[in-house]
Amino acid sequence: MSIALVLEQLLNGVQLGVMLFTMASGLTLVFGVMGLINLSHGSLYMMGAFICAYVAGITGSFWVGLLAGALGAGVMGAIIELVVIRRLYDRDHLDQVLATFALILIFSEGTSWIFGASPLWLDMPDLLGGSVSLPGGVTYPLYRLMIILVGILIAIGLYLLISRTRIGMRIRAGENDREMIGALGVNISALYTFVFAVGAVLAGLAGSLLGVLQSVQVGMGEPMLILAFVVIVIGGIGSIKGALVGALLVGVVDTMGRIFLPSLFSLILDNADATSVGSALASMLIYLLMAVVLAVKPKGLFPANA
Amino acid sequence: MKRFVSAGVLALMAATSMTAVSALAETKVGMITTLSGGGSHLGIDVRDGFMLAIEQSKSDVEVIIRDDARKPELAKSLANEMLQKEKVDILTGIIWSNLAMAVIPEVVRDGTIYLSPNAGPSALAGKLCNENYFNVAWQNNNLHEAMGAYMKKEGLKAPFIIAPNYPAGVDALTGFKSYYGDVEGELFTKLGQTDYAAEIAQIKASKADSVFFFLPGGMGISFMKQYGGAEVGLPVFGPAFSFDEVILGAVGDAAIGVKNTSQWAHDMDNAANVAFVKSFKEKYGRTPTLYASQGFDTANLMLSALAKAAPSDAEAFRAALKAAEFESVRGAFKFGSNNHPIQNIYIREVVAGADGKPTNKLAGIAIENLQDAYASECKM
Repeated sequence: MSIALVLEQLLNGVQLGVMLFTMASGLTLVFGVMGLINLSHGSLYMMGAFICAYVAGITGSFWVGLLAGALGAGVMGAIIELVVIRRLYDRDHLDQVLATFALILIFSEGTSWIFGASPLWLDMPDLLGGSVSLPGGVTYPLYRLMIILVGILIAIGLYLLISRTRIGMRIRAGENDREMIGALGVNISALYTFVFAVGAVLAGLAGSLLGVLQSVQVGMGEPMLILAFVVIVIGGIGSIKGALVGALLVGVVDTMGRIFLPSLFSLILDNADATSVGSALASMLIYLLMAVVLAVKPKGLFPANA
Repeated sequence: MKRFVSAGVLALMAATSMTAVSALAETKVGMITTLSGGGSHLGIDVRDGFMLAIEQSKSDVEVIIRDDARKPELAKSLANEMLQKEKVDILTGIIWSNLAMAVIPEVVRDGTIYLSPNAGPSALAGKLCNENYFNVAWQNNNLHEAMGAYMKKEGLKAPFIIAPNYPAGVDALTGFKSYYGDVEGELFTKLGQTDYAAEIAQIKASKADSVFFFLPGGMGISFMKQYGGAEVGLPVFGPAFSFDEVILGAVGDAAIGVKNTSQWAHDMDNAANVAFVKSFKEKYGRTPTLYASQGFDTANLMLSALAKAAPSDAEAFRAALKAAEFESVRGAFKFGSNNHPIQNIYIREVVAGADGKPTNKLAGIAIENLQDAYASECKM
């Protein structure tokens, strides 16, 4: 097991982590500020990818597609907030789960109605094809490196938005006491729509960026959504900092587990058994991590309203 | 004695030709297949191949088609619906072996005929074999066995092998190793996994000289795109499932030169196949994949049996299926003792086609008359 392999897997883990953070930050903000469980966040991720693939196909430029994917998902997020989500804030969580689950079905069926059931393909921009050599003997795909960079920029941007701007101040106030900030004359519905749209833009951005590496297909959002929920439960629901730490933790643990658990088991079992036992355990690893975190800290690592 | 037999045969022929018309008219076929999500092009091609054969036969067999979305529990409830509500005589269509294992054993035990156009899990070829279950594609191990034999013959010393962790993935690596021997490294991934960065990094860090991967559908596309970006530089090999025409269309020139194993190729030169490929292209406007050929063969096998006996006459219908008297687009085709095919497995090479896009070209034979390794375990 060489140092280069460990380093490369660490980068892979961070890359998965920053994308999970991009998904989870929107989810956790919406929950923290509006108290809403939004299952349709994965659909916004999917919409971003589809819009990006469609626009990139027409214009021939990935970058135009990326912009369209992020903004398109944002517009869509604003629309569903205005039309559907807005009516759910005062309901209990079960109603919210039901309604946003219905949104998943509507988005999935609608998408396969418009784009067909077969996956779409997004080509990597030529500029970012290939790999670069990094210190430590690692060669790493340039595109994934760019994803890590974008993820870091998003984390910094969100930090600045929330801690340094007037709107961020309102978001923090909303997290602490929703009724009070309404009473102080802040336009709470505009704030909610804005927060929801920001979450949607980030989800759409993540979908567009990952669509290049994978296939753009109906149902691609749900596996990401489940991981994002694991992330915010580990990090503490409602906390951006928690989402960042949780996402990196989940990304690194998942990636490392997939590779190193089978090798670990091969020390005590024969090769074929080690591979199957190791892979099976690796796919459970993040849930075990979540169970351990919750056993030690029932409200997650960084509870928002501690 | 001889006169008796021939008289009997004549009488049978007269009787069957009379029942034939009604058998065709009344037969209801249930097709449960994957029509949405990352595995959809497999099911779509099986369906289109199957329906093309039904249409060409001008029979009025009723086919009920349902999408299982690659979900075992959904496939199971669809099967119940087909049997109890629709009362189908024959079931077919399942693509994925984990779905096949959830549905088929119970269905065939209860007396319904199942014709598999794709999945061939080892359990159903061996211990759980059943007289009502016929596999018209291959036993899961077959194409991988052929690639194991080919890579050994080509002198590759240290392959790294990858498959998803589900019954067909386990069968794939077992099949490969049974003909190749020990490998440099092996990995199971999650079924439907979309990111292979961790696996590719491990391939790069190993001492492998080649990569064998079984990743059908969208998984193969994701893997190949990411493999190209990581500049690993090792040659890749695989079964036809990893390099079908849809995957080649999405992966592009990166796949040119790759060798893969298949029981069928679209440029195979026999009359049935030439007609099939031509009519498929005319009707659907694309080159058929091996899945389409399997769907086409499954329907033609079924039609050949229906022409002889009605499914309600189970004994005679099974015998008619087992005789496999139809023109398979893959050339010679017959069933072994466990109702799985005995057939040639070929090598195909990905080349630039006439339109410049990559396509598969028949390049030779890997194993002749291959029978699966589980036939001896089948007590039927």
